Amino acid sequence: MACIEARGLRKAYGATVALDGVDLRVEEGRILGLIGPNGAGKTTALNAILGLTPYQGELKVLGLDPWAVRDQLMRDVCFISDVAVLPRWIQVSQALEYLQGVHPRFDRAKAEGFLAKTSIKNANKVKELSKGMVVQLHLALVMAIDARLLVLDEPTLGLDILYRKQFYDSLLNDYFDRSRTILMTTHQVEEIQDVLTDLMFIDRGRIVLSCSMEEFETRYTEVMMNPEKLEAARALKPMYERQVFARSVLLFDKVDRKLLDALGETRTPSIADLFVAVMKR
Amino acid sequence: MSAGASAMEGVRETARTIPGTETLYWCVRRELWEHRAVYIGPVAAAGVFLFGFLIGLFRLPHQMREAIADPAKMKHFGQSYEFAAGAIMVVAMIVQIFYCMDALQGERRDRSILFWKSLPVSDLMTVLSKASIPFVILPVLSFGVVVVTGFVMLVMSSVVLALSGLSPGPLWTQLGLVQGAFGLLYHMVMVHILWYAPIYGWLLLISAWARRAALLWAVLPPLGIGVLERLVFGTSHFAMWVQYRFSAGMEAQAMPGTMPINPATQFTPGRFFETPGLWLGWMVTVVCFVLAVRIRRNREAN
Repeated sequence: MACIEARGLRKAYGATVALDGVDLRVEEGRILGLIGPNGAGKTTALNAILGLTPYQGELKVLGLDPWAVRDQLMRDVCFISDVAVLPRWIQVSQALEYLQGVHPRFDRAKAEGFLAKTSIKNANKVKELSKGMVVQLHLALVMAIDARLLVLDEPTLGLDILYRKQFYDSLLNDYFDRSRTILMTTHQVEEIQDVLTDLMFIDRGRIVLSCSMEEFETRYTEVMMNPEKLEAARALKPMYERQVFARSVLLFDKVDRKLLDALGETRTPSIADLFVAVMKR
Repeated sequence: MSAGASAMEGVRETARTIPGTETLYWCVRRELWEHRAVYIGPVAAAGVFLFGFLIGLFRLPHQMREAIADPAKMKHFGQSYEFAAGAIMVVAMIVQIFYCMDALQGERRDRSILFWKSLPVSDLMTVLSKASIPFVILPVLSFGVVVVTGFVMLVMSSVVLALSGLSPGPLWTQLGLVQGAFGLLYHMVMVHILWYAPIYGWLLLISAWARRAALLWAVLPPLGIGVLERLVFGTSHFAMWVQYRFSAGMEAQAMPGTMPINPATQFTPGRFFETPGLWLGWMVTVVCFVLAVRIRRNREAN
């Protein structure tokens, strides 16, 4: 069964169309990055998936209709977002107690284990913690939930490099396994390139690119050009061309790498480079 | 640890089922963690009152000697108990009003609403738990505080009288404090819960709906309707209706048959339940409640 399945997902706020007929299918056990410029519809898509907003079209998450049964869905879905902040007044011990009380899949001992590795104390209130520590706390709470889908919306926004690195490390080492699915959005795409198994670009409410990371690596090639071979390369119809230190860098889609090796230095592009290429097209 | 191990093997443990009552219990506890004024308010009022009462106790032996000489004065002792009850109830009502206005707005103001929504707790359950504070928790709590305060006052008075060589007996037997407590309980259920219900419902609805300044939104539209009605039709039915809602408990004499005249002495629940205003009020309350749940379902952070 697919973890998330959407067909013709639409959502409009007045005259603004946030989602314009999105089709997507996320299998279980994948880590999907949903990348898009500001206002592309990422958050709206996530909100629809989480049952936070009504929508038109068909959407099933773990076989359920999110808007109809959000509370039921949330037994198996977790969510960390820059806009879903922990309340400032709550004490760490209260948060643990409350989750233990209302969440059937929350394992308090596990959360306390994660927290023991940080400098967060049970008696701390959220307002006494730094931003990085609040995210650590939120992650500890969420990782102690035996969920099937984890949704991360800009989870590391505003964190320094150390916290960001640690965030993805603990996510992969202590949480992810093949039975879980992770769906994330972020603008810091370079950080998640090695984390993802699947990639999706969204722009103006539409999915403009969707591929697995294996596919990404075989399909796209970036070439730092030999200047004299530029014309030959352009004949192969690169999808994007840019200048780096006065040299042309061309990005190709589905062109044999052996062919390109003769034209200059080839490499797999970064997600960011591909993103720019797709958005500029 | 077992959960982690089984997750590694891809085998999910069956989750325990949490009954709705347990979820409600935790949601109410959550409210009390956040809004500590709910219990600090009435307890602080009682504390302040007891402090004043304690200082005033030096006059008690003298008053008791007068009351023994003139038994008609005995009933004056009961006044401080009524006063204590009144003070605690007023504080409880103020807390109730401010709680209701913040209940569903606070979580959007501090942007925690999406965190709460990321947990398996329905909007109905959330609003139910928040409504339970003005409808159940605060009345029960303030009643308990009133009873305990009265008892502490009695004990303190008895000690002072005993030290002055006087018998505290009359205080325990002649003031009718037990009947008074039952009268208060009756008054609370009838007036503060059943009769005032639409006020709490309205405030909760405004709290769910208004982005900010819940107090203004709660007060100005009814005021505006009253003024408009006066200007357009030259009547003031709406204003009367609102005033009646607030003052019915106190001015019942002016409107016979609508409210028990003095709830403490005249137990007339039958007539009270025949009042159309009571049922109309409850219809308004239910509508407000349903709307608050629907609005909360659609809401994100401010």
